[in-house]
Amino acid sequence: MDRILRLSGLEPLVANKQTNFVNVGERTNVTGSKAFLRLIREDRFDEALAVAREQVEGGAQILDVNMDEAMIDGKTAMVTFMNLIASEPEIAKIPIMIDSSKWEIIQAGLKCLQGKGVVNSISLKEGEEVFLQQAKYIKSMGAAMVVMAFDEMGQADTYERRIEICSRSYRLLVDNAGVHPNDIIFDPNIFPVATGMDEHALNALDFFRATAWITENLPGCHVSGGVSNVSFSFRGNHAVREAMHAVFLYHAIQNGMDMGIVNPTMLAVYTDIEPALLEHIEDVFFNRRADATERLLALADTVQQGEKEVATEESWRGYDLVRRIEHSLIKGIDKYIEEDIAACLPLYERPLEIIEGPLMAGMNVVGDLFGEGKMFLPQVVKSARVMKKAVAFLQPYIEADSQGEIQKAGKILMATVKGDVHDIGKNIVGVVLACNNYEIIDMGVMVPGNEIVQKAALEGCDIIGLSGLITPSLDEMVKVASALEEQNLKIPLLIGGATTSKVHTAVKIAPSYNGPVIYVPDASRAVTVAEKIMGRDKIRYHREIQAEYERVRDHHEQHAAAKRLISLDSARRNRLKLPFDDLKVTEPKKLGIFSGKVACLSEIIPYIDWSPFFRSWDLHGKFPDILQDKIVGLEARKLFEDAQMCLHEGQQKGWFSPRYVLGIFPAHSEGDDIYILDPKKNHVLHRQVGLRQQTQKVEGQPNLCLSDFIAPKDSGVKDFLGCFVVTAGDVRELCQQFEGENDDYTSILLKAVADRIAEAMAEWLHERVRQDYWGYEQEPLSNEDLIAERYRGIRPAPGYPACPDHFEKLGIFSLLNATKILGVSLTESLAMNPASSVSGWYFAHPEAKYFGITGILSDQFQSVCERRGLNPSEHRSWFSSILK
Amino acid sequence: MEITSLLQDRILILDGAMGTMIQRYHLVEEDFRGEVFKDRKGFLQGNNDLLNITRPDIILEIHKAYLEAGADIIETNTFSGTSIAQADYHLEDAVYGINFEGARLAKEAVSSFSGRTCFVAGSIGPTNRTASISPDVNNPGFRAVTFDDLSQAYTEQINALIDGGVDILLIETVFDTLNAKAALFAAEQVFNERNITLPIMVSGTITDLSGRTLSGQTPEAFMISLEHIPLLSIGLNCALGSEMMEPYLKILAERAPFAVSAHPNAGLPNAFGKYDESAQCMRDKMVSFFEKKLVNIIGGCCGTTPEHIRVIAELARQYEPRKWKN
Repeated sequence: MDRILRLSGLEPLVANKQTNFVNVGERTNVTGSKAFLRLIREDRFDEALAVAREQVEGGAQILDVNMDEAMIDGKTAMVTFMNLIASEPEIAKIPIMIDSSKWEIIQAGLKCLQGKGVVNSISLKEGEEVFLQQAKYIKSMGAAMVVMAFDEMGQADTYERRIEICSRSYRLLVDNAGVHPNDIIFDPNIFPVATGMDEHALNALDFFRATAWITENLPGCHVSGGVSNVSFSFRGNHAVREAMHAVFLYHAIQNGMDMGIVNPTMLAVYTDIEPALLEHIEDVFFNRRADATERLLALADTVQQGEKEVATEESWRGYDLVRRIEHSLIKGIDKYIEEDIAACLPLYERPLEIIEGPLMAGMNVVGDLFGEGKMFLPQVVKSARVMKKAVAFLQPYIEADSQGEIQKAGKILMATVKGDVHDIGKNIVGVVLACNNYEIIDMGVMVPGNEIVQKAALEGCDIIGLSGLITPSLDEMVKVASALEEQNLKIPLLIGGATTSKVHTAVKIAPSYNGPVIYVPDASRAVTVAEKIMGRDKIRYHREIQAEYERVRDHHEQHAAAKRLISLDSARRNRLKLPFDDLKVTEPKKLGIFSGKVACLSEIIPYIDWSPFFRSWDLHGKFPDILQDKIVGLEARKLFEDAQMCLHEGQQKGWFSPRYVLGIFPAHSEGDDIYILDPKKNHVLHRQVGLRQQTQKVEGQPNLCLSDFIAPKDSGVKDFLGCFVVTAGDVRELCQQFEGENDDYTSILLKAVADRIAEAMAEWLHERVRQDYWGYEQEPLSNEDLIAERYRGIRPAPGYPACPDHFEKLGIFSLLNATKILGVSLTESLAMNPASSVSGWYFAHPEAKYFGITGILSDQFQSVCERRGLNPSEHRSWFSSILK
Repeated sequence: MEITSLLQDRILILDGAMGTMIQRYHLVEEDFRGEVFKDRKGFLQGNNDLLNITRPDIILEIHKAYLEAGADIIETNTFSGTSIAQADYHLEDAVYGINFEGARLAKEAVSSFSGRTCFVAGSIGPTNRTASISPDVNNPGFRAVTFDDLSQAYTEQINALIDGGVDILLIETVFDTLNAKAALFAAEQVFNERNITLPIMVSGTITDLSGRTLSGQTPEAFMISLEHIPLLSIGLNCALGSEMMEPYLKILAERAPFAVSAHPNAGLPNAFGKYDESAQCMRDKMVSFFEKKLVNIIGGCCGTTPEHIRVIAELARQYEPRKWKN
């Protein structure tokens, strides 16, 4: 039978003839290490774990743990330490050796091991019955076992006794207990040499011989031993002990020892041992001369206490500060984190910036690695603990900084939704957040939506985190979102759990709730998200998320559209049915057509959204953050300055001539069309032909058409529709002039600025319509609300997602006589000329919202052509992008 | 015929998902409660195992559908049939009934099915607690469940399953190997007490791209941790679709001294938590399992239906099973 060792921690340990010696770390042993005993006695388990980690980093392949000490509760200490090790992947990756002379400690230890470990040790000391019983139990628990050369008579101390006990043990284990020979590890007792006592002269040699015999005669089993015993007489003389260990190991391995308890930090390299010392040591081991011991003792006195470098990998301590913090977070090492954070303090203006800066950066790396599958959950949890330690350390500084104000970062309610009992993920997120100074209210599992809503309102929570693992939980989350909406709450809702997804969150949950709804892909992201949604830029972040989810929805719809479009009839049956009553329909203060100029450009400038301006220059980022961006910030600042110059100069020299025309008309809908009426005579001025979404919707979601936002004719309700065209004026001539002067840059800049002015005008005019012409908006909105588009009504434009049909520009232009009034015309391809113009409609219904039409079927195309009286074959190309 | 000898002859077919099939019936709270549990507090909807008692007609129908589709081994509807998992519903006292009835129903389906020798595997899930991971990060030494709690709960479940007549024990969806070790420990104790031995299948779950179980083990470490018991098979199920599972399955197939099983999900869940890999698509992805001789037992987990099992069974028939050395 081959001699193979198969053990496991989180990772496998497979040893065979080729891999030879397996090294067992011995420092986590209270009987062998006073320092370790002290740590355990004083409950300093953090530091005890650090000892274990050092062992692993120092090359231990198995970790021996021993808690046998009269002054400590060995069983409790064993269980505690085992459980702690299990949460340290860097340690738990290797198999554990449960080392105890007390059976109850061994049992307790085994019950904590998910991997295949080793029991150290059992023996025939108390007879065959106990021996077999214990062996069977160990086998049932899936562990290998160290068997001491010990029987009813005592410990084997000669060659003969060793082979006698080992062969008897082997037969009993294999034949009676059914133990696999590969799971038997004999420890034939390593005893001290050079003690000065004659009966110890053969201690090393007998061990070597017994080892050779076992290897030869007891197939499949292994031989191990505690190597440091051999040098016991030379306590205090590290150099000699290290050399003795190396020499002993060398010969023991030659004879077949394939495992051993060796402190790798107390081990010399065999070939580095000075020849005289080597010879003296070997004389003792092989008992080659009568005066071997005296000679070695004499030589030992002269051997310098060579300082040996600690062999652990600590080179990362030489990194710069930020990288050290990152390393600690990624590796889950908390030993230096306080020291490093302390070093950060003078470098940052406020202690909070250390959290927002290097610590969060490190956690983001952790999140990325986790996302890429390069880290796994227990490691992330460990990283969170290091984070917690850092935050705890900073806490007093942060408090001092905020004048004694003790503040939690926020209050977060966590719950697994009704019908779902899975809470592992939720708990992890909870602790990660708690580590980052959030107060967690954990409602547990199977929590009904109304309870979540009540509790969140009652407690004044800043965030609600919902978790779920099974499919029905997804619907339950939608219900919670709806319940929040019903209560008119705006508490950010975080969504996580195995079956949740960004798409589901964007498509199903977010539309049911006006507060922020954010998908959190994994625990490591929770803190970043919580920080952002509660931070200074929360509105911007919310808006970004909304925009992102809008894209996700569009993409999803497009994707789905490619697969499933429904007939126009079915889509119409699933139209949105809105209530039209006095609350929803406001009679405009002014009806008719109005036009004008913007007297002063500075009135428009505050309405400019600069982000698209930078995008048009391929500089990506949000304004104004982009100005401070590490990579593009400099360029963005230059560009922004030039744009300001352009605006200023344009204002001075009258480059722009911002003008507008708008009309507000009575209107009603019939099917997908809107009939726009003359304000006085009430006859139909224009029939606006609408497109309806034909994508297969999930239950409860309508197939929208703009006409759904206007009261149907048969409702008898008098409704209204507005339309507008704005322009920044014609800058083409000017641009040509610049181009003529080879100043293409200014030309492009000017066009880009003009585009921004046109868009800003549309925003500005919409506000004037809401507040003045139509007059349904009583109070001016705050800037925040404006940015977040929290106003009533929409202003969709032909050619954009809600109406990809450019034809309707013709209607707007003829209704408003825009070409004559503004000098804006429509090209053959129905583009506006000059380009820095915007046209569209005003819908005032409170429920009106933007949507996208991504695909239609030919039934709708035919219908549109019929309603417009156009020849389908000539107009197909206009619809090519959406006609499936 | 003995299952061990059948395994030498051909690839055996395990059934597909139970949950997915139950969802098709659009059951409501009242279905789950039935008469027996109508006065229990809390919600019982979603406690699928309870249907063994309250809607046995449905469970029987699903078992039969899988047998018709070609399953050689059907799993009892007892995935959450431990007092630990049922504690969430305050139904610890229903554990015996769930397992006994679950086994009895599956056995009834098999007895009424003629044509092939089929087997009933008692499904033993991981419970919803982990013995190796603390739910409280501030207290990493804490455990919400211990080895003793687990082995006690599993003992109860296994006894009831055996009373109900199962042929095999299937310890599946192992996300924490210590939980599985407790189940194996319990099984061994029960076997000793009853003086019987049933074949045991173990199936682990590799959670994600990290290639580890939830408790952090690699596939090989997982296998080594459990090979002290002479298993009928070791394998993988859940969490991943076929193609993502393949590299990990390969590790087991190369080294396992037992038969190897796989019952992957019908792909990964889509954004709405639904598994939409069609039977044909799943079948196509499984071709390489068979060509590379990775498996002895094949079936489906989340999202699979009798249709999936039917086409997979048809495919499996064309291939030789994996050979292994004990």
